Amino acid sequence: MTRYDAPVSFTRRSVLTAGALTVAFAFASRAFGQRTALAETHSSLKTTPWLDAWIRVDGDGHISVFTGKAELGQGIRTALTQVAAEELDVSPYGIELITADTRRTPDEGLTAGSHSMQDSGTAIRIAAANVRMRLTEAAAAAWRTSAAAIATTGDGHLGHSDGRRVSYGELARTLSLHVEAMADVPLRSPAQFRTMGTALPRLDIPAKLTGESAFLSDLRPPGMLHARVVRGPSEGTRLQLPDVAAVRTRPGVLNVIQAGSFIAVVADNEWTAITAMRDLERTPAVRSAPVFLSDDLFASLKSLPAQEVPVLDTHGEVAVAVRAVTARYTRPWLSHGSIGPSCALAHFDGAVMTVWTHSQGIFNVRRFIAELLSLAPQNVHVIHAEGAGCYGQNGADDVAADAAFIAKAMPGRPIRLQWMREQEFGWEPLGPAMATELEAALDANQRIVSWRHEIWSNRHNNRPQSAGAVWIGGELEPSFRPAQGAPIPMPEGDGHRNSNPLYTLPNMHVVYHYLPDMPLRVSALRSLGAHVNVFSIECMMDELAKAGAVDPLALRLAHMQDERAVAVMQSAAERFGWSTRPPGDARRGCGMGFARYKNSGAYCSIVMEIELERTTGRIAFRRIVAAVDVGLAVNPDGVRNQIEGGIIQSLSWTSGEGVTFDENGRTSLNWGAYPILRFADVPDSIDVFIVDRPLMPFLGVAEAAQGPTAAALGNALADAGIRLRDMPFSPQRVKAALSATRTPV
Amino acid sequence: MKARLSTLNVNGADHQVTADPSTPLLYVLRNDLRLNGAKYGCGLGQCGSCTVQVDGAAVFSCLMPIAAVQGRRVRTVEGLGTAAKPSILQQAFAVEQAAQCGYCTAGMIMRAQAILDHTPAPTDAMIRAQMQPNLCRCGTQLRVLRAVHRAVEMLRSKLAHAQSGT
Repeated sequence: MTRYDAPVSFTRRSVLTAGALTVAFAFASRAFGQRTALAETHSSLKTTPWLDAWIRVDGDGHISVFTGKAELGQGIRTALTQVAAEELDVSPYGIELITADTRRTPDEGLTAGSHSMQDSGTAIRIAAANVRMRLTEAAAAAWRTSAAAIATTGDGHLGHSDGRRVSYGELARTLSLHVEAMADVPLRSPAQFRTMGTALPRLDIPAKLTGESAFLSDLRPPGMLHARVVRGPSEGTRLQLPDVAAVRTRPGVLNVIQAGSFIAVVADNEWTAITAMRDLERTPAVRSAPVFLSDDLFASLKSLPAQEVPVLDTHGEVAVAVRAVTARYTRPWLSHGSIGPSCALAHFDGAVMTVWTHSQGIFNVRRFIAELLSLAPQNVHVIHAEGAGCYGQNGADDVAADAAFIAKAMPGRPIRLQWMREQEFGWEPLGPAMATELEAALDANQRIVSWRHEIWSNRHNNRPQSAGAVWIGGELEPSFRPAQGAPIPMPEGDGHRNSNPLYTLPNMHVVYHYLPDMPLRVSALRSLGAHVNVFSIECMMDELAKAGAVDPLALRLAHMQDERAVAVMQSAAERFGWSTRPPGDARRGCGMGFARYKNSGAYCSIVMEIELERTTGRIAFRRIVAAVDVGLAVNPDGVRNQIEGGIIQSLSWTSGEGVTFDENGRTSLNWGAYPILRFADVPDSIDVFIVDRPLMPFLGVAEAAQGPTAAALGNALADAGIRLRDMPFSPQRVKAALSATRTPV
Repeated sequence: MKARLSTLNVNGADHQVTADPSTPLLYVLRNDLRLNGAKYGCGLGQCGSCTVQVDGAAVFSCLMPIAAVQGRRVRTVEGLGTAAKPSILQQAFAVEQAAQCGYCTAGMIMRAQAILDHTPAPTDAMIRAQMQPNLCRCGTQLRVLRAVHRAVEMLRSKLAHAQSGT
């Protein structure tokens, strides 16, 4: 089978004379019920069914593919290109992929929730297969032959068994793709794959290794000015009105914009803007919101008013419980910690506002900027450009609104605004703190007979859709009304995401105590509540296993009926050598964690071995093995990269992170105060095994490892003698727990 | 301070820039010289995404005023190679796919290049210790380590070929 190892140059052969093509579509009658069929693909075709919204083939053979999803560093550009290339049967290097742009691409909502392969990948796959079919039918009609005698040749041509060839471009000149996709189009089979299933090198990486233009911050349109916003040190503070007159007349400062409590400086030079901002920041800050300090996180969250959201309530006949375990687990507020602070570029030409943003939701950005600036939505053009990896809602949306507001005040001049590091740490929405309480019981045969799981959390999704949901909307006078939200319902869920165990358990009582009042601004952080819920469930499985003196893997398998889940658990355990692992002692421990993300996404099992430095309380991550089932793995190395990264990030969250506060606000405003895992701390090894399912739908991958990793770490620590239930498992907490045990060293 | 004319030697070429001498090198590289490699990450020397080399040593360009690099040689990732003709270390990063979002990557490469320039056979512990100043939030550290090891091997085999005359 031909693989595509290097860029292929496309040559066009003129086989048909123009105008000779008349195309009859044999499947017009299938339109009945088509919308239902497209909806059943669970893809973005259900809202955007037109083929030419996804794929265009020019007369010269150039192929454009459109996606409403954005490259966030997760490799979606490469994976989606592979999907399109496969079903069109062309080289991936011959495809131009256009990502999220409100004027060019379908509205696919957010690039979030590990949905891109399901939503956009599936849509592009089906659309591309439709295009291939229509090209084939067009060639068949032109050659007055059966479509069965015609096949794609892998290089942008169709060939007949008698040797005739025609290029896609030639056919496309007379073929309209403004037709709805057929859901049940024939797809290429795994045996035919040339591109899907191969580790195609990421298409965006060469530019990033060599300093070519790759990021939003690399855009420098002519006449561009640099802006900085002037805010208090963190959310809940406001600067007293600074004296702007002296700054306004400084050489290089072109504008100081004040509107309500919003202040920004604009300069012709970035350093001038920064030094002007620093001078304005010297004014004292006052608190604009009450302080929320929590020494006891569980009690603090439980004290907030709650709305009860039932998740599961099942009842069944069971044997009598002989032992029960109750445990509480907590996580503090986390920072997204993007390496690059949020940035935006905005340009107002007097009529149209164009905004380049690394937001995960460009159509939302269009909505709130239109409202903020009283512009018609069609006069706001939002284009995604890459920023640093985001892992959820960081300051991207807020800074886009800031930049657009400044640009509106300075028509004709492109405005580049980047938040400073401390502004990102101080003002980005945080990953919500959470608390859970679980209680479960075993019968005499180590069967789980009851299961209670309660969650206390704010909602995790506060993606801004209106001007009142971004910072500047509350700073202007009059201010925009703050947005009201509601939790994302199950099966996706937010604070309760993955609180419904995939295990088959009787007598389950799961409830989400949804906390509507947000003492701190929070929003989506990679995997939402799944990080803590999977951690809680999987730690509880180990706590039960210990109580019942049964192997943790055996207890899990005894309660799991999903064969794909069993396969990843067994695969990870075998590769790790679970059955022959050394027994945990006071220094070393092994643990596992499993989840199927959202019970509908990727399956992921993590097994790890850790070693404790008893004198320092530091945890050394020795060896980590992961097994994943993501359905059809379009780019296996991309899957491994996401899982490896997810493991390292989750280890960082779970073992070391937590936003800190004092009576003035957030205090973790730099990397010294908010340390994340560095090179000396990352695991000795991570091995990721993919249980490939080439005939199964795409399941997404990016968030699958967050929960299982946290659980595997908690369980490995327990195996080494200390059961920690409150994140982070900091050296201080590890040391305190070690000194509370009387295990000999 | 007032802007004044300075000469910066970057990637082997002299550049005249008019800037406040206290301006951190990062901003001059990015805005005046339009070089994309070094990134703003923290402005405090805590993350390493702005890492470049000055006279062969890895430095945080966000902390180094341009006044301090007069008469010194600045090297950025653009000075190593291009997408069409990448350096050995850039090739090794590509082979290992040692990036996710890529924002930290140019800084990683410049710090790793300083290791290769000074230490012919670094151990894993040495590489980890020297890479410690550079943060990656996507979690590509193990890939970066593999890329540095691969570059060491590539350089060694290149040297062996050169010495054997093949």
